[in-house]
Amino acid sequence: MEPKLRIEGASKIYATKSGAVHALEDFSLDVHEGELVCILGPSGCGKTTLLWALSGLHALSSGRILLDGTPVVGPRPKEIGMIFQDANLLPWRNLRQNIEFPFEIKKRPVDGQRIDALLGETGLRDFVGSMPRELSGGMQQRASIVRALAQNPGVLLMDEPFGALDAFTRDEMNLLLMRLWSESGQTIVFVTHNISEAIFLADRVVVMTPRPGRLARVYEIDLPRPRTVEMMFESGFIELVQDMKRVVETGGRDLLEVE
Amino acid sequence: MSELRDEIPSFEKRTTADHGPIDWTGLTSIRGARSTMEVGSIIALFALVFFGLELILRWTNTPTYVFPKPIAVVRTLANEFTAVYAHHLWVTMYEFLAGYAIGSAVGLLLAALITQKPFAEKVIAPYVLIMVTTPMIAFVPFLRLKMGFGSWPLIIAVALAAGPMVMINSATGFRRTDLAKIALARSYGASTFQIFRKIRFPLALPMIIVGFMVGSIFGLLTAVGGEMVAASESGGLGERLVYYSSLARMDEFGAVILIIAALGVSIYVLFYFVGKRWASWEA
Repeated sequence: MEPKLRIEGASKIYATKSGAVHALEDFSLDVHEGELVCILGPSGCGKTTLLWALSGLHALSSGRILLDGTPVVGPRPKEIGMIFQDANLLPWRNLRQNIEFPFEIKKRPVDGQRIDALLGETGLRDFVGSMPRELSGGMQQRASIVRALAQNPGVLLMDEPFGALDAFTRDEMNLLLMRLWSESGQTIVFVTHNISEAIFLADRVVVMTPRPGRLARVYEIDLPRPRTVEMMFESGFIELVQDMKRVVETGGRDLLEVE
Repeated sequence: MSELRDEIPSFEKRTTADHGPIDWTGLTSIRGARSTMEVGSIIALFALVFFGLELILRWTNTPTYVFPKPIAVVRTLANEFTAVYAHHLWVTMYEFLAGYAIGSAVGLLLAALITQKPFAEKVIAPYVLIMVTTPMIAFVPFLRLKMGFGSWPLIIAVALAAGPMVMINSATGFRRTDLAKIALARSYGASTFQIFRKIRFPLALPMIIVGFMVGSIFGLLTAVGGEMVAASESGGLGERLVYYSSLARMDEFGAVILIIAALGVSIYVLFYFVGKRWASWEA
């Protein structure tokens, strides 16, 4: 089966004042249709660089990315939805106007039915008239998920979406995301630096090394679905967290020696 | 779980807003009074100042040519407004509004264009600074000499005073770039023009409003001041100030001052509501 997303030898070098910075080096990965893949790594390992390249927001220095077999060379608004670090709502628009923003940009009629259904599922129906600064961080991020899902994209790219939330709200958001995903079955690439979040959500966890970002190891997560918060306290889960922590810390270099 | 914060998730409205460079609290503090007690105090203080001044001037037998009595000033204003002052108010308003419209439109347009090219901005910045810091009233006699006794010299002076103010503040607004928000728009396939209209312009709007407000104050100042230096043949409020003070007709002088003050306050209140409607998301 042809993968939904194929990343082939992706490298990205940034030219900065202090010289060239290797953000991403020879990264290859296939993501299948309907799969939820978490990309895990420490800060500055090129996770965001990779995600922005996947979304067509910036170009790679070398390598290429294929979506449904065609190279990604620019934004693909019909197929890709992007969810950003902190909710990235427009502060001068109320919640409803924020959710309708992509329709305005695409010059498409607003799909009120779909928006209403999503607002109901995310518990935001009573807040459509609120300005972003009047909402909690969790509510803002839920609104940004509604904004992306209202476009019904086949691929959802999520850039540390819950990184700024407290642990309780984060669990809540993870459960919400999985519920929405189980209903609509998008292909999701989810970038995070939180190990338990990655294991909790993912079908596969891709661990990256610190700069330059390289693929260290891929874990298949075979926890049954639907998943519950209690699973995070089981011994198998905790062992997996510790193992990944070691890989992140050593950058996967000593794996051969350990095994 | 290294991210654990000692914060319980709650749905209370957040009180900490992201404060931009503009502080609208100075404006919001004059919001309408809340109780009869407050309304009473405001009226009482006004009455105290107004009638207190009247009483002091009467008791001390101060002649009108030294300081006009408030009641006489208000009476003069009321009696002669339509006959005398309305015409001069119109002359000043016309010069101000025409100059302000031209100056602010050009200033806003230039700010939007110039911030697209950092190099052009660097080259032009010193000239804008010179225009902002030089009092444009100084050019009125020169413009009079070149252009005669119509309204144009004052319209041009007002435009030259207001325009750079609008431009310098609007440019600050347009320079605020939020890459994440631009990336958001681009990810939905936004064109450069859509990014300008839907992201850059709203982001700049609070600063643009500040620019228009400061520009209007400078424009009014220049219109009235310019008339004091070299008025057109139709007169104007500034011309009246010079005329009445030279004849020591202080009641009429006071009436003109009241009109100018009312004009300034009206402009301020107008911009207060504009700011509240279009820029309140930032405060």
